[in-house]
Amino acid sequence: MRFGVVVFPGSNCDRDCLHVLRSVLGQDADELWSGEASTSGADVLILPGGFAYGDYLRAGAVAATAPIMSAVRAFAARGGPVLGICNGFQVLLEAGLLPGAMLRNRSLRFCCTTVFLRVESARTPFTRGLREGQVLRMPIAHGEGSYYAPAALAERLGQEERVVFRYCDAQGRLREGANPNGSLHHIAGVSSASGNVVGMMPHPERASEALLGSTDGRLLFESVLAYLAGTRPDNDLVARR
Amino acid sequence: MTTVRIVITLKPGILDAAGQAVRQGLQALGYGDVGDVRVGRYLEIAVPRGADPTQIEAMCERFLANPLIEEWRIGGTP
Repeated sequence: MRFGVVVFPGSNCDRDCLHVLRSVLGQDADELWSGEASTSGADVLILPGGFAYGDYLRAGAVAATAPIMSAVRAFAARGGPVLGICNGFQVLLEAGLLPGAMLRNRSLRFCCTTVFLRVESARTPFTRGLREGQVLRMPIAHGEGSYYAPAALAERLGQEERVVFRYCDAQGRLREGANPNGSLHHIAGVSSASGNVVGMMPHPERASEALLGSTDGRLLFESVLAYLAGTRPDNDLVARR
Repeated sequence: MTTVRIVITLKPGILDAAGQAVRQGLQALGYGDVGDVRVGRYLEIAVPRGADPTQIEAMCERFLANPLIEEWRIGGTP
């Protein structure tokens, strides 16, 4: 199994992802420079956090035009698993690989804290090892993470079970105080129609070692490993379509 | 070449948190009768004289603005 971590100018969580994949999970993981036009045979793609191209214009907008994005698009179209974390999520939104848009946090503050997430869909390659309703604990660190979708799109995402995570309290309730950035319907992560592309604002790679306070993030990487190993083909949205 | 001027703002109805903060600042300075404030982006783009206006529109639609949340106004004559 080979992970490819896409590195844009301005990415700053690429090393954290590579550390978790290599040192914690013992996987092969390569850096994929965004100026290249190929995903170099990777089995899973991770678009990490950071400030790609300085977030100029809008977060993720310039990165969405980088040469590698055509290859990412083709990889996703073939059903390859793609995970965008934080800025990587913003890039996937701007590239049109995921629905919706990001607004500045309602507070106008950069939010750097630990949040609770409720798993809303276990039908993606990254959440198939999780239970719907399960509560995870992970850090967030962003200034533009207020998820927005026009009403018709938001309704469609709900119907198609494409909301993957929602911000919640420790008991999994969608309390007002448990929405750190003002996201629509507490949305913290969404998937593509076929489920293989997932974007999320929280950082699973920063919650993959007990030393860092939570190992919940590791479950996402373990899920995609199990998915690729084909251990649970019965519960796989991608294979079913 | 000629210069095209583009102003991009959040669509009406979408919460402009930055605009609200600016409004509060103006009111704190005593400009109490100030109404809604929208904060946006301004771009000047040099294009060949006589450039196709539909191309400028396409630039906004595809890249310069995010049509889901933003609207734009194009000024200057290419």
